[in-house]
Amino acid sequence: MKVTAQPSADTLTLLLDGELDASSAIVLDTELAKPDILNYRKVLVDCAKLSYISSAGLGVFISHLQRFQDANVKLVFFNMQEKVFNVFEILGLDALMTIVPSAAEAEAA
Amino acid sequence: MKSTLRIACSRSHLQQVRDFVRDYLNSRNLPEITVNQVVLAIDEVVANFIIHANGEDETQFLDLKLAFSQHELNVEIADNGETIYLPGTHQSPDLRAYIKEGRKGGMGMALVNRLMDRVEFFTRGNHTVCHLSKHLA
Repeated sequence: MKVTAQPSADTLTLLLDGELDASSAIVLDTELAKPDILNYRKVLVDCAKLSYISSAGLGVFISHLQRFQDANVKLVFFNMQEKVFNVFEILGLDALMTIVPSAAEAEAA
Repeated sequence: MKSTLRIACSRSHLQQVRDFVRDYLNSRNLPEITVNQVVLAIDEVVANFIIHANGEDETQFLDLKLAFSQHELNVEIADNGETIYLPGTHQSPDLRAYIKEGRKGGMGMALVNRLMDRVEFFTRGNHTVCHLSKHLA
């Protein structure tokens, strides 16, 4: 699992590459836990190369969501593969998180 | 086709487990989403066995067996540890509460129960065994 951070003005884009499981979730957790992340207005998560997510990966996003909301930082997922979106859907997380098809829609969200 | 796998109780072996299940299912020409759902269910149970039942003790091991009976996939996951691990059903986690609490865990078994047709945990001697099954067309 590789997480690449691309800062741009008031937006931080995180590119996820690989499989997010109970072993690799710590990499993402470390990135989302950085205090500086709350200085951005938006955190966009590019899921184009995210090929797998387990409950441990979902748990990382869930555990930071309230902290982001309290700081008025919007968390937006985009470019999500169908099989990964399906995992969000099964738990009903698609209704609680902002997931859009494209980068353009993520920037506009 | 390889249908059994033994791994040490380390979460670093989860990728190996997923690759093993994907390889096993590959010949069935199943939809990608279906394969991912089965891989996910097995990954969740194996992660629980490694972390909760065996405390990530790499001297312990797990055995996985996959078998098809006509269109039904049957999975057995068994450990070698002495701690009996029988998780609850966890059908409907309150996700809004989880978000508010900043909670990381508690969704794995809910996923497994939604993804598989049958989920059973039981003991065999001093060991814990999980049987999963799912009808796959």
